[in-house]
Amino acid sequence: MKIGRRRLTQVIAAVLYNCNFTGFASGSIYKGELKNACVPGLNCYSCPGAVGSCPLGSLQQSLVSSKYRVPYYMLGMILLLGALLGRFVCGFLCPFGLLQELLYKIPTKKIKKGKWSRALSYVKYVVLAVFVMVIPLASAVPGFCKYICPQGIIEGAIPLAIADGDVRAMLGKLFSFKLVIAVIIIVAAVFIFRVFCRFICPLGAIYSFFNRVSVARMEVDEAKCTHCKACVRFCKMDIKKVGDAECIQCGECAGVCEACAIARKPLTVKKGEILTKE
Amino acid sequence: MNKKLLTGGLIIAGIILLAVGIATGGASDVLNKAIRICYECVGIG
Repeated sequence: MKIGRRRLTQVIAAVLYNCNFTGFASGSIYKGELKNACVPGLNCYSCPGAVGSCPLGSLQQSLVSSKYRVPYYMLGMILLLGALLGRFVCGFLCPFGLLQELLYKIPTKKIKKGKWSRALSYVKYVVLAVFVMVIPLASAVPGFCKYICPQGIIEGAIPLAIADGDVRAMLGKLFSFKLVIAVIIIVAAVFIFRVFCRFICPLGAIYSFFNRVSVARMEVDEAKCTHCKACVRFCKMDIKKVGDAECIQCGECAGVCEACAIARKPLTVKKGEILTKE
Repeated sequence: MNKKLLTGGLIIAGIILLAVGIATGGASDVLNKAIRICYECVGIG
């Protein structure tokens, strides 16, 4: 079985983010200096394998403690990651994006995008405002981590609870609530392409602000473009145009562009090249 | 506005904020949180 360049990058990123393999057996988390820095994608820092910090968890924690210290570090981290990578992170460097794409490969009838999904794609900005900004600032609680994040359950709670009886004994109603949310997202991801990324993920929402100006970006050569919209129809995300806020820079549209008008910046995608082998 | 100028400006602003954050202890705040099990994340409370 051949594996595409993008899928390979996704797998390597997921493994590198979580390469503290002994933590899974011991039920303990990595406590080294690497956790000073954040990984670009959504990856729970309470995963026993995690060797870096979660950008979203760290941002919320820095907002929780912002009355004591202005969160320059996390604002700089997010700004730098966004300006360099934009939503390239979603397409190539996010373990939860990879998991959803693999779930979507399960052969069932799929729910295609439409006006409904385009409308729902704005929900992630509400999640960003309410759960990542307002709740941490107003209630000193990392709202997204506490009430929504499925990665905390999949990567954090479940491996820790399997390996550590003390953690298992402490799990209660909040765990059950989050587990239900995680299961709903996982089941939905089988039928709807990247359901979490498109409608809920506040990290994708943050990176979307940078997607048109980031160093890594997709661009359409207007001189070559015939406006046939084959790229928009082919894309499973809710884009209106290649490279807009919903584009995860997977580059698969370049393979269907007859006019060779789509290019990845700073690297290029050749016509007919499919980065993810189906 | 020129796209390259904006991108460059954002990168420089990010680096400056990051440097100020490191100087004021922001990096150690992130580390201190990340090396402890996040009870909110795993659903303990």
